[in-house]
Amino acid sequence: MANPIQYQFDEAHLRRSAPNKFSPEDLKVEEMIVNVGPQHPSTHGVLRLEVITDGEIIVDVVPHLGYLHRCFEKHAENLPYNQIIPFVDRMDYLASMNSEHAFAMGVEQMLGIKDQVPPRVEFIRVLVAELNRLASHFVAIGTYAMDIGAYTPFLWLMRDREHIMRLLEWTCGARMLYNYIWVGGLFYDLPVGFEKRCSEFVRYLKPKLAELEKLVMENKIFVERTANVGVLPLDLAINAGISGPMLRGSGLKLDLRKVDAYSVYPELEFDVPVGEGLMGTIGDCWDRTHVRVRECYESLKIIEQCLDRLQSDLARTKEFDPRALVPKKIRPKKQDLYVRAENPRGELGFYFRADGKSDVPFRCKARSSCFVNLSIIGAMAKGCMIADLIAILGSIDIVLGEVDR
Amino acid sequence: MSLDEIKEILINKFGEDILLESEVESTPPMLTVAASRIAEVCMELHTNEHCYFDYLACLTGLDHGPEQAKMEVVYHLYSIPYNFQLALNIVFPRTAEDTELFEVPTVSHIWRTADWHEREAYDLVGIHFSGHPDPRRILLPADWEGHPLQKDYKEQDYYHGIKVIY
Repeated sequence: MANPIQYQFDEAHLRRSAPNKFSPEDLKVEEMIVNVGPQHPSTHGVLRLEVITDGEIIVDVVPHLGYLHRCFEKHAENLPYNQIIPFVDRMDYLASMNSEHAFAMGVEQMLGIKDQVPPRVEFIRVLVAELNRLASHFVAIGTYAMDIGAYTPFLWLMRDREHIMRLLEWTCGARMLYNYIWVGGLFYDLPVGFEKRCSEFVRYLKPKLAELEKLVMENKIFVERTANVGVLPLDLAINAGISGPMLRGSGLKLDLRKVDAYSVYPELEFDVPVGEGLMGTIGDCWDRTHVRVRECYESLKIIEQCLDRLQSDLARTKEFDPRALVPKKIRPKKQDLYVRAENPRGELGFYFRADGKSDVPFRCKARSSCFVNLSIIGAMAKGCMIADLIAILGSIDIVLGEVDR
Repeated sequence: MSLDEIKEILINKFGEDILLESEVESTPPMLTVAASRIAEVCMELHTNEHCYFDYLACLTGLDHGPEQAKMEVVYHLYSIPYNFQLALNIVFPRTAEDTELFEVPTVSHIWRTADWHEREAYDLVGIHFSGHPDPRRILLPADWEGHPLQKDYKEQDYYHGIKVIY
C-alpha cells in the first residue's frame, strides 16, 4: 500500500466549513443565536437552523443545507437516461415512485413515445404512484404529530404504511428505492394477485383514515398547537414558488394532476382539497396537515378506480409485455424540455438539455419541491415562539434527500 | 395567450433587439433575451396584466465548457391565471482568467424563488448574480473550491485533510 494513512490530524482542519450568517457583533444586546440541528429529531434529517432569538421570540431563521448533498445533477450528466432512474429514487426517498414517474414521462416526451405507452402500463404507474403518495403522507402526518408531542399517530401510521411498503416490495423487490418505472414501460407486470390484495388493503385502510382524523385532526391539543400558527398568505406562497399541499393549504386549488392532465389522470375522478381555515386562518399549519389528510382519501379514490380498470378492460393477458416499448438505446434529438409532476410534496420538475449526439443528458436539473418550500421558513417563523418553529418546520414536510439532492 | 403575444409585449416595451435568435427547440416554448436586461424583462412579464407570470418554477444554470466559453441561465415561468408556461434563456460569456466577470442581474426581488435558486446556480455552476441579497454558497461548504457543474471541473485533492478522490 502506497499510502496507508488515510487521515492525519492537523489543527488547521478544525476550521468551520459552514459558518453562521450572523456573528454576535451583528446582533442587538437582547438577541442571541440558537443552533438547531444538524442532528435533531425535529429537523427530519440533517438540516441546521441558525435561529436568532429575542428571548422566546424568533427574529430570524437561516437554514444551512447540504449535509446530504450528493450532486445528483453531476451524476446525471455522466449516466445514460435509464441509469439515472435509481438516482432519482434517492432524491425523495419517501416518494420514489412519483419521482420515477415524472422522470420517465419527461424522457418519453423527449423521445416522442409518450402517446404509445400502453394504457395498462400507465394505470399501473398511477396506481403505484398513488400508493406511494399515501405512504409519504403517512410519514409526513405521523412525524408531524410526533413533533407536536403525540406519539400514537406515528405508530399507527407506520403500521399502515408497512402494508404499502410490502405491496410495493412485492412488485419490484425493494421497499423504498424501487427502480420500477422504466422509460417506456415497467420493470415487470404486477405480480399475480396484486390487485386483489390491494383492494383488501383499501378496504382495511378506509376506517383507519377516519380514525386518524378523529385522533389527530380533531384533537384539541393538536388544534391548539397548529391553528393560527405559521400562517402563509397566498400571495407570498405564489411569489416564493411554493407548491403542493403547502400551496393548496394557503387556499389555491392548483394541482398539476388536474392542470396539466398528464398520464391517465384526466380519466380518473378525484377532488383537490384546499385549506379553508376551518380551525383558524387559511394557510396555517392545521390547514396544511388537513390538506394532506384529505389527499389520502383522494388517493384512495384513484387507487380504487385504477384497480377497477386493471381488473376489467385492462386485465392482465399472456401477451402483455410491460417492457415491449423500452428502448434499447435512448438518444433524444437536440432539444430542451421541462417536465413537471405533482409529487406528495409539490411540483417536481426536471429540466433536460439534450445535445442530440450522446446518450447522456448535457444538463439535467431537478427542481425540488421541498427545496423551494423550505426557503420560506424565515418569513413564516418571524415573530413566532421557538416551539412554534418546530411546528412550522414539520408542517412544511421536508425530505432532506430532495432538499440537498 | 400565445407566444407571439408575449413577443409583441416585449418588443413594444423594449424594442426589436431585446429578442435574440434561439438555437434550441424547447418545451415549453423558449425565448432568448439579451442577458444584461433580463431583470427588466422579467419585471415586465411579471407585472404586465396580459401575461402576468406570477410563478417562477425553476432557474437553471448551464455551462458549456472552456472551448465554447459561454454560459446560460434558463428561467421557467408559469402564469397561474392564464395557465401558460414559458422558458426564458440568456447566454453570456463564461468567466475565465482573462475575461471580465459577467454578472447576471438578479431576479430575486421579483420572485422569492430566485433567491435560493440563484445561490444554487452560483454554488454549482459558478454564475455570479449582481444585486443578490445573500450571495453565499448553499449546498456545498463555504470553503469548497470550484463549481462542480462546470464542464472542466477538477476536484481538489484534500478537503480538511480528507482525501476527496478515493
